[in-house]
Amino acid sequence: MDWITTVDHKKIAILYLWAGGLFFGIGGLEAILIRIQLIKPMNTFLDAQTFNELITMHGTTMIFLGVMPVIFALMNAVIPLQIGARDVAFPFLNALGFWTFLFGGVLLNLSWIMGGAPDAGWTSYTPLSTTQYSGTHGVDFYTIGLQIAGLGTLIGGINFLATIITMRAPGMSFMRMPMFVWASFITSAIILFAFPAITVGLVLLTFDRILEANFFDTSAGGNSVLWQHIFWIFGHPEVYILILPAFGIISEVIPTFARKRLFGYSSMVFATILIAFLGFMVWAHHMFTTGLGPVANALFSVSTMLIAVPTGIKIFNWLFTMWGGQVRFTTPNLFAVGFIPTFTMGGVTGVMLASAPADFQFHDTYFVVAHFHYVIVGGLVLGLFAGLHYWWPKMFGRMLNETLGKWTFWTFIIGFHLTFFVQHFLGLMGMQRRVFTYLPNQQFDLLNLISTIGAGLMGVGMLIFLTNIFLTSRKPADAPDDPWEDGRTLEWTISSPPPEYNFKQTPLVRGLDAFWKEKTSGHKTMTPAEPVGPIHMPSATILPFLMSVGIFIAGLGFMFSRDDFGNAFMGFMFNNYLVTAIGLVITFGSMLLRSLYDDHGWHIEPEELEGR
Amino acid sequence: MTTAHAEGAAGNLPHEPEKATLEGRNKVLAFWLFLGGESVLFGTLFATFLALRNQTNEGPSANDLFHLPLVAAATFLLLVSSLTSVFAIQAMHRGKVTVLRNWLLVTVFLGLCFLVLEIYEFSVYVRHEEFGMTTSAFSSAFYTLVGFHGAHVAFGILWISVLIGQLARKGLTVVTAPKIYVSAMYWHFIDVVWVFIFTVVYLLGKVG
Repeated sequence: MDWITTVDHKKIAILYLWAGGLFFGIGGLEAILIRIQLIKPMNTFLDAQTFNELITMHGTTMIFLGVMPVIFALMNAVIPLQIGARDVAFPFLNALGFWTFLFGGVLLNLSWIMGGAPDAGWTSYTPLSTTQYSGTHGVDFYTIGLQIAGLGTLIGGINFLATIITMRAPGMSFMRMPMFVWASFITSAIILFAFPAITVGLVLLTFDRILEANFFDTSAGGNSVLWQHIFWIFGHPEVYILILPAFGIISEVIPTFARKRLFGYSSMVFATILIAFLGFMVWAHHMFTTGLGPVANALFSVSTMLIAVPTGIKIFNWLFTMWGGQVRFTTPNLFAVGFIPTFTMGGVTGVMLASAPADFQFHDTYFVVAHFHYVIVGGLVLGLFAGLHYWWPKMFGRMLNETLGKWTFWTFIIGFHLTFFVQHFLGLMGMQRRVFTYLPNQQFDLLNLISTIGAGLMGVGMLIFLTNIFLTSRKPADAPDDPWEDGRTLEWTISSPPPEYNFKQTPLVRGLDAFWKEKTSGHKTMTPAEPVGPIHMPSATILPFLMSVGIFIAGLGFMFSRDDFGNAFMGFMFNNYLVTAIGLVITFGSMLLRSLYDDHGWHIEPEELEGR
Repeated sequence: MTTAHAEGAAGNLPHEPEKATLEGRNKVLAFWLFLGGESVLFGTLFATFLALRNQTNEGPSANDLFHLPLVAAATFLLLVSSLTSVFAIQAMHRGKVTVLRNWLLVTVFLGLCFLVLEIYEFSVYVRHEEFGMTTSAFSSAFYTLVGFHGAHVAFGILWISVLIGQLARKGLTVVTAPKIYVSAMYWHFIDVVWVFIFTVVYLLGKVG
């Protein structure tokens, strides 16, 4: 109950982590099934329909329900601590964002047991995703589930923007913010300007499928390429929503374990902003083969290649940070250092794909699959591993086991390269993506076998990580405040895990890397910016949970509104939109309650603070 | 009844009560950000409409359908409602709770009139012109764009009504003031979107 009503950013972070971890596991199992099917030519382990559902759900689950929540977990856990705040700007909305994400994810995955998962690929290209070619409710689960989950993401993005703009501790100017905060700030801005586009896209597709609208139906004047434009004007910035937080994590971990200031801090900041800006300019590089014409292709090709410049700045800055530092290869730093070459390889194939004429050859082959897995797994997932190992003691008060952590790293990264490195060559040799099997004797056999073995090894790495978490959770919570001993930022100045009010007194920030600055000038603690006083806390509330339940019910009701149930009562409830109405009444009723009954929260008094 | 009490409380309020607390300032800032996102939402809807506006599938076209005097009347109502919401905020800044409430009531009333006109307009199209959601790509885009705006108006009416109720229960405080201020921002935004709809959908449909 405590977990359902909490509005504490640290607990919401843990909720995001467990929920994201669960979906990550589901997405991982789907990946393993895909790889088992492809282990040998003409395999009959899965049929084509199941394979289509698996690849669709693997992509969708991993991106929207797996890695995004883990990013949000770290952002929730770390941002308020790094900027010296007691909470986020809107604790209530923070809880609401989590619950809408969770119920959206649950709705999407219900499709497995309610008549078939979405089967049109994670991009749901029309006309493949229209009722004509995708007749089950699968794509409805996709559009409505993602709509609900996306709502949560948007709420989270706005919340982090407001938090970072207004809640920084005294003295923390924008150019003194830790890089992870900067990365999260820019990420939130991209979320704000990219997610409404997919909201509209999903609405249009829902209307086409459920209300028989004609947006993508060419026989009634619609335009099916329109979907690709809308999808990618969201979808390309989404790539940077995913990778920028990983950049932020790497920029925190490497300086800590190199015992040096991040090289080129201000160039890192501006590179991040530039990447975000360019990220919006390049969506049509996913559409070179749709016939946009040479001028459009050339422009999008050049703007795409431009992104390599700020990204290259970042890569070199990380290398220069390590240069001459006293580098310690702890588990977080192993992941961070492993990230650099792996992500760079993904970037290089990105430039290759950005060349429009070459893309006509690479398009829809395993070369593309290899490219984006190098970026998202070799970049983001390694970054998330680095961040989780780094901040685990701060989140849970327990150090993860270093030996097991190193085993996780080596099995995972070796498995990763085994899986995806060979896929570059499979793609160059012409193996198509999204096809459920292949013919023997095309020289695909051995490389696919290697790829599947690699996927298994990545699975072993995940199991070692889970074992590490399990064993760690049985140890006493005795991590020191600054467990890595070279912590540079404000989260390491308070206990692990932090008290619910985070900072007894808001700290005074006197420079970049606030805590490091105090340490190097001989202080053990931060100088407080205020006297000890009562601390205002928001009250716990069930309303965000109820609001999300309402949206969930409304979504289900809308989805089945045109079904013939062969049951008078069910037909009456769904066909007249009564279920939808009940869901909306729950949601709007909760909003009304929230509006009418102000809850002013409560205070923690100074005596209580001293008592701890 | 509670008005006297509220007037008394208003006497102690700062000049801009919506920005008196960190929470209030956060609300205003976050709402500006939210409107940024809403702009992308409507921008995408407008882009979709522009791409499909001539795809009538042998059904009625914009020129056949639109009746400018009706739309002009709706536009006038909505523009005036934006003005009355400005009067409401000015009254709030002077601490005059009754005046504030009355201007909010006028705003809600004008919004309702607008919505009635829009529902009337849609019903004429559906009944007499056989122009429904499924008629053509143009019809789908039209109902989605204009309907999204209409849904925003309906939500705004509900929201401001709840705030009027809240004002009666709790009076004007540093907690209620930011909510009223933010709802006025929302109302202006809806108004601006309508100006674009008037131009891009209706005027361009008639003469473009």
